[in-house]
Amino acid sequence: MPEITVDVSRPVCPGVEIRIDVCGQTCPVPLVETRKALRRAAPGDIVTVVGTHPASKEEIPMAVKALGLQVLSIEEEGNRWTIRIQR
Amino acid sequence: MESKTERATIILHSGDMDKVYSALIVGTGALAMGMEASIYFTFWGLERLKKSALEKGPLSRMHMFGLGKWMVQRRMKKANVAALERLLQDFKELGGKIIACEMTMEIMGIKKSDLREELIDQYGAVGAYIQEARNSTVTLFI
Repeated sequence: MPEITVDVSRPVCPGVEIRIDVCGQTCPVPLVETRKALRRAAPGDIVTVVGTHPASKEEIPMAVKALGLQVLSIEEEGNRWTIRIQR
Repeated sequence: MESKTERATIILHSGDMDKVYSALIVGTGALAMGMEASIYFTFWGLERLKKSALEKGPLSRMHMFGLGKWMVQRRMKKANVAALERLLQDFKELGGKIIACEMTMEIMGIKKSDLREELIDQYGAVGAYIQEARNSTVTLFI
Protein backbone atom coordinates (compact mmCIF):
# COMPACT_ATOMS: atom_id res chain seq x y z
CA MET A 1 0.00 0.00 0.00
CA PRO A 2 1.52 3.37 -0.99
CA GLU A 3 2.22 5.77 1.77
CA ILE A 4 0.41 9.07 1.50
CA THR A 5 2.12 12.10 2.99
CA VAL A 6 0.69 15.56 3.29
CA ASP A 7 3.07 18.49 3.62
CA VAL A 8 1.43 20.84 6.10
CA SER A 9 4.46 23.10 6.49
CA ARG A 10 3.55 25.04 3.34
CA PRO A 11 0.46 27.22 3.06
CA VAL A 12 -2.34 25.63 1.08
CA CYS A 13 -2.71 28.69 -1.13
CA PRO A 14 0.13 31.19 -1.37
CA GLY A 15 -0.73 34.90 -1.73
CA VAL A 16 -2.02 35.85 -5.12
CA GLU A 17 -1.78 39.19 -6.86
CA ILE A 18 -5.04 40.99 -7.62
CA ARG A 19 -4.72 43.71 -10.22
CA ILE A 20 -7.31 46.43 -10.76
CA ASP A 21 -7.26 49.03 -13.51
CA VAL A 22 -8.96 52.36 -12.77
CA CYS A 23 -7.26 54.38 -15.51
CA GLY A 24 -9.48 57.25 -16.66
CA GLN A 25 -11.79 56.86 -13.65
CA THR A 26 -12.43 59.82 -11.39
CA CYS A 27 -13.42 60.43 -7.74
CA PRO A 28 -14.50 58.32 -5.87
CA VAL A 29 -14.16 55.26 -8.14
CA PRO A 30 -10.40 54.53 -7.70
CA LEU A 31 -10.74 54.65 -3.91
CA VAL A 32 -13.93 52.58 -3.88
CA GLU A 33 -12.58 49.95 -6.29
CA THR A 34 -9.41 49.67 -4.19
CA ARG A 35 -11.52 49.05 -1.08
CA LYS A 36 -13.63 46.47 -2.90
CA ALA A 37 -10.48 44.64 -4.08
CA LEU A 38 -9.02 44.68 -0.56
CA ARG A 39 -12.25 43.17 0.78
CA ARG A 40 -12.12 40.40 -1.81
CA ALA A 41 -8.42 39.71 -1.17
CA ALA A 42 -7.26 37.26 1.47
CA PRO A 43 -4.55 38.11 4.00
CA GLY A 44 -1.22 37.66 2.26
CA ASP A 45 -2.50 38.69 -1.16
CA ILE A 46 -1.14 41.71 -2.95
CA VAL A 47 -3.53 44.23 -4.51
CA THR A 48 -2.08 46.29 -7.35
CA VAL A 49 -4.01 49.38 -8.44
CA VAL A 50 -3.22 51.19 -11.68
CA GLY A 51 -4.83 54.57 -12.27
CA THR A 52 -4.52 58.12 -13.56
CA HIS A 53 -6.69 60.21 -11.18
CA PRO A 54 -4.14 62.49 -9.44
CA ALA A 55 -5.86 62.90 -6.04
CA SER A 56 -6.38 59.14 -5.70
CA LYS A 57 -2.61 58.59 -5.77
CA GLU A 58 -2.49 60.48 -2.47
CA GLU A 59 -5.79 59.22 -1.04
CA ILE A 60 -5.40 55.48 -1.63
CA PRO A 61 -2.29 55.30 0.62
CA MET A 62 -4.24 57.27 3.29
CA ALA A 63 -7.07 54.73 3.10
CA VAL A 64 -4.61 51.82 3.24
CA LYS A 65 -3.06 53.27 6.40
CA ALA A 66 -6.49 53.86 7.95
CA LEU A 67 -7.32 50.21 7.25
CA GLY A 68 -4.15 49.14 9.08
CA LEU A 69 -2.55 47.73 5.92
CA GLN A 70 0.71 48.50 4.19
CA VAL A 71 1.62 50.15 0.90
CA LEU A 72 4.50 48.21 -0.68
CA SER A 73 5.31 50.65 -3.45
CA ILE A 74 4.08 53.66 -5.42
CA GLU A 75 5.41 54.06 -8.94
CA GLU A 76 4.67 56.75 -11.50
CA GLU A 77 5.13 56.78 -15.23
CA GLY A 78 3.82 59.87 -16.97
CA ASN A 79 0.34 60.48 -15.57
CA ARG A 80 -0.15 56.80 -14.73
CA TRP A 81 0.53 55.54 -11.22
CA THR A 82 0.78 52.04 -9.77
CA ILE A 83 0.21 51.34 -6.08
CA ARG A 84 0.95 47.91 -4.60
CA ILE A 85 -0.77 47.04 -1.32
CA GLN A 86 -0.13 44.14 1.04
CA ARG A 87 -3.41 42.69 2.27
CA MET B 1 -24.53 51.12 19.99
CA GLU B 2 -20.90 51.62 21.00
CA SER B 3 -18.62 50.96 18.09
CA LYS B 4 -14.85 51.18 17.78
CA THR B 5 -15.00 51.90 14.05
CA GLU B 6 -15.39 55.55 13.13
CA ARG B 7 -18.75 56.38 11.62
CA ALA B 8 -20.10 58.99 9.17
CA THR B 9 -23.82 59.83 9.30
CA ILE B 10 -25.37 61.85 6.51
CA ILE B 11 -28.86 63.35 6.33
CA LEU B 12 -29.90 63.64 2.70
CA HIS B 13 -32.73 66.19 2.78
CA SER B 14 -32.35 67.35 -0.81
CA GLY B 15 -33.45 65.43 -3.85
CA ASP B 16 -31.33 67.55 -6.21
CA MET B 17 -29.10 65.49 -8.44
CA ASP B 18 -25.86 67.28 -7.50
CA LYS B 19 -26.60 66.94 -3.77
CA VAL B 20 -27.44 63.25 -4.08
CA TYR B 21 -23.99 62.95 -5.70
CA SER B 22 -22.41 64.72 -2.72
CA ALA B 23 -24.07 62.37 -0.25
CA LEU B 24 -23.14 59.21 -2.14
CA ILE B 25 -19.57 60.30 -2.87
CA VAL B 26 -18.93 61.21 0.77
CA GLY B 27 -20.66 58.03 1.92
CA THR B 28 -18.73 55.67 -0.36
CA GLY B 29 -15.53 57.60 0.35
CA ALA B 30 -15.98 57.12 4.10
CA LEU B 31 -16.59 53.38 3.62
CA ALA B 32 -13.58 53.09 1.31
CA MET B 33 -11.41 54.71 3.96
CA GLY B 34 -12.45 52.20 6.59
CA MET B 35 -15.33 54.02 8.29
CA GLU B 36 -18.91 52.90 8.70
CA ALA B 37 -21.49 55.09 6.97
CA SER B 38 -25.23 55.72 7.06
CA ILE B 39 -27.39 57.91 4.86
CA TYR B 40 -30.71 59.02 6.29
CA PHE B 41 -33.05 59.83 3.37
CA THR B 42 -35.65 62.42 4.33
CA PHE B 43 -38.00 64.91 2.61
CA TRP B 44 -36.96 65.48 -1.03
CA GLY B 45 -34.08 63.08 -0.55
CA LEU B 46 -36.52 60.23 0.09
CA GLU B 47 -38.11 60.87 -3.31
CA ARG B 48 -34.88 59.58 -4.83
CA LEU B 49 -35.40 56.18 -3.19
CA LYS B 50 -38.63 55.65 -5.11
CA LYS B 51 -38.45 53.15 -7.95
CA SER B 52 -36.51 54.52 -10.99
CA ALA B 53 -36.17 57.96 -9.37
CA LEU B 54 -32.50 58.06 -8.36
CA GLU B 55 -31.28 60.00 -11.38
CA LYS B 56 -34.46 62.08 -11.74
CA GLY B 57 -33.61 65.00 -9.45
CA PRO B 58 -33.16 68.52 -10.84
CA LEU B 59 -29.92 70.46 -10.57
CA SER B 60 -29.87 72.59 -7.39
CA ARG B 61 -28.84 75.67 -9.40
CA MET B 62 -29.09 76.56 -13.09
CA HIS B 63 -31.48 73.71 -13.78
CA MET B 64 -33.11 75.89 -16.51
CA PHE B 65 -36.03 73.54 -17.17
CA GLY B 66 -33.64 70.65 -17.61
CA LEU B 67 -31.21 72.31 -19.98
CA GLY B 68 -28.65 72.97 -17.23
CA LYS B 69 -28.95 69.42 -15.97
CA TRP B 70 -28.49 68.05 -19.48
CA MET B 71 -25.33 70.14 -19.92
CA VAL B 72 -23.89 69.13 -16.57
CA GLN B 73 -24.66 65.45 -17.23
CA ARG B 74 -22.93 65.69 -20.58
CA ARG B 75 -19.82 67.15 -18.93
CA MET B 76 -19.95 64.50 -16.20
CA LYS B 77 -20.05 61.77 -18.82
CA LYS B 78 -17.06 63.33 -20.55
CA ALA B 79 -15.18 63.41 -17.22
CA ASN B 80 -16.15 59.74 -16.67
CA VAL B 81 -18.08 60.44 -13.45
CA ALA B 82 -19.81 57.32 -12.13
CA ALA B 83 -23.60 57.12 -12.36
CA LEU B 84 -25.59 57.60 -9.14
CA GLU B 85 -26.87 54.02 -9.42
CA ARG B 86 -23.33 52.66 -9.44
CA LEU B 87 -22.38 54.77 -6.40
CA LEU B 88 -25.47 53.54 -4.57
CA GLN B 89 -24.63 49.91 -5.36
CA ASP B 90 -21.02 50.49 -4.21
CA PHE B 91 -22.33 52.12 -1.02
CA LYS B 92 -24.40 49.02 -0.26
CA GLU B 93 -21.66 46.58 -1.27
CA LEU B 94 -19.20 48.23 1.12
CA GLY B 95 -21.68 47.90 3.98
CA GLY B 96 -23.33 51.33 3.92
CA LYS B 97 -26.63 51.64 5.74
CA ILE B 98 -29.72 53.31 4.30
CA ILE B 99 -32.41 54.69 6.58
CA ALA B 100 -35.75 55.93 5.23
CA CYS B 101 -37.61 58.64 7.15
CA GLU B 102 -41.02 57.37 8.24
CA MET B 103 -42.48 60.83 8.80
CA THR B 104 -41.67 61.85 5.22
CA MET B 105 -43.42 58.69 4.05
CA GLU B 106 -46.50 59.70 6.00
CA ILE B 107 -46.49 63.37 4.89
CA MET B 108 -45.87 62.61 1.25
CA GLY B 109 -48.06 59.53 1.14
CA ILE B 110 -45.18 57.24 0.20
CA LYS B 111 -45.78 53.54 0.80
CA LYS B 112 -42.99 51.01 1.40
CA SER B 113 -43.94 49.40 -1.89
CA ASP B 114 -43.23 52.74 -3.69
CA LEU B 115 -39.62 52.58 -2.46
CA ARG B 116 -36.71 50.35 -3.41
CA GLU B 117 -37.20 48.28 -0.28
CA GLU B 118 -34.29 45.96 -1.06
CA LEU B 119 -31.88 48.87 -0.43
CA ILE B 120 -33.39 50.09 2.83
CA ASP B 121 -31.89 48.76 6.08
CA GLN B 122 -34.17 50.63 8.45
CA TYR B 123 -37.30 52.81 8.56
CA GLY B 124 -36.73 55.37 11.27
CA ALA B 125 -37.45 58.70 12.87
CA VAL B 126 -35.25 61.32 14.51
CA GLY B 127 -34.20 58.89 17.22
CA ALA B 128 -32.65 56.59 14.63
CA TYR B 129 -30.58 59.49 13.30
CA ILE B 130 -29.48 60.69 16.76
CA GLN B 131 -28.51 57.17 17.83
CA GLU B 132 -26.24 56.98 14.79
CA ALA B 133 -25.01 60.57 14.96
CA ARG B 134 -24.03 60.46 18.64
CA ASN B 135 -21.48 57.79 17.79
CA SER B 136 -20.29 59.47 14.61
CA THR B 137 -17.14 61.46 14.01
CA VAL B 138 -18.59 62.93 10.82
CA THR B 139 -22.18 64.04 10.41
CA LEU B 140 -23.54 66.10 7.52
CA PHE B 141 -26.83 67.65 6.46
CA ILE B 142 -27.14 67.81 2.69
